[in-house]
Amino acid sequence: MYTQALNSPEEGSLAEDAVRASRFQSRIDAEERIEPNDWMPSAYRKTLIRQISQHAHSEIVGMLPEGNWITRAPSLRRKAALLAKVQDECGHGLYLYAAAETLGASREELVDAMLAGKAKYSSIFNYPTLTWADIGVIGWLVDGAAIMNQIPLCRCSYGPYARAMIRVCKEESFHQRQGYEIMLTLCRGTAEQKAMAQDALNRWWWPVLMMFGPPDQASQHSDTSTKWKIKRFSNDELRQKFIDATVPQAQYLGLTIPDPEMKQDEQGHWVHGPIDWNEFKQVLAGNGPCNRDRLAARRKAHADGAWVREAAAAYAEKRARRQMAQAAE
Amino acid sequence: MATPNTPLWEVFIRSRNGLAHKHCGSLHAPDATMALQAARDLYTRRGEGLSIWVVPSSAITASDPADKGMMFEPAESKIYRHPTFYEVPEEVGHM
Repeated sequence: MYTQALNSPEEGSLAEDAVRASRFQSRIDAEERIEPNDWMPSAYRKTLIRQISQHAHSEIVGMLPEGNWITRAPSLRRKAALLAKVQDECGHGLYLYAAAETLGASREELVDAMLAGKAKYSSIFNYPTLTWADIGVIGWLVDGAAIMNQIPLCRCSYGPYARAMIRVCKEESFHQRQGYEIMLTLCRGTAEQKAMAQDALNRWWWPVLMMFGPPDQASQHSDTSTKWKIKRFSNDELRQKFIDATVPQAQYLGLTIPDPEMKQDEQGHWVHGPIDWNEFKQVLAGNGPCNRDRLAARRKAHADGAWVREAAAAYAEKRARRQMAQAAE
Repeated sequence: MATPNTPLWEVFIRSRNGLAHKHCGSLHAPDATMALQAARDLYTRRGEGLSIWVVPSSAITASDPADKGMMFEPAESKIYRHPTFYEVPEEVGHM
């Protein structure tokens, strides 16, 4: 909503901006929500457009690794659940694009930036889904990590983003449970099935920890995002919460976390070994195992749908013209 | 790779419980029929509603947030419009 009204950046004298900025910050400090037509610093707007659209792209690209297994799901029950989950991811992408648009970015320019490879999306979706167990791990860990990240965003200072996240979190809780159920079934199955589950955990564990982003001392966006209450917890805090929640779940499955250095400290927190941040940088730079595939698949889907968009637009125009002519009679 | 701008629609859904249609989000669609179909797919995947309205976003006139003081202050000072303003003795019971 309000999308079109915001396309022109507001111009004001610097002194006036300073007054507005301090009023803006005191609204944030008072836990008020910022709404689309409210005054906001242009850096706040820019940060949110970047973050929300990246989040939307992640949901859309995130359909690809799982979509890979829809036709090969081991039963109708699993297939129906996976199909519903992938459909949800698409819906989440659309809620988020709509939230980004309230800040004055158009849907077309956001999507085009992703297709052109200029916009980022979550590093995790550049890894391949080699076996059915990967679908279990994605639901359990990738969605688990996403929920950990998204729950604090339900209280984000920007109203439309917070509201979209509330909807997303509500729908996403089934995703994690269906993933864990897949893992549980495999771990209670044959030795071969359990080995498949362990292998999937081995491949996904480290990329999942990287989903929380670089360590606190290296993160470039955190300070202002925290001041603006876009971000409520640091990357390392969320990563720690996730690990502490996940280790007992892995133990229940009888699986081993592939980190020989992991140990429990005196407060009961599970401390992880060193993360290969070079791998993370490489994946973000476009050199992960599937970056080229993912972009190629998105571009193909967009190009293949072009005739549908054109036909729908032409039909809408024809109908509108006919209605005008009838009204004139 | 530019694509034509598709109009934006606001979606309102009336839930099972008989309450009024409530705004739940927006979407892009070339015409009203497709907007309704997309709203069904996007906003009612879990039985959220029994009726959908779609309205072109451009047809909505909104109040200006800058005027909110002027717009809503008159209501704020009239506490006698609320039932709690009036005293009813305890002996009278619930009213």
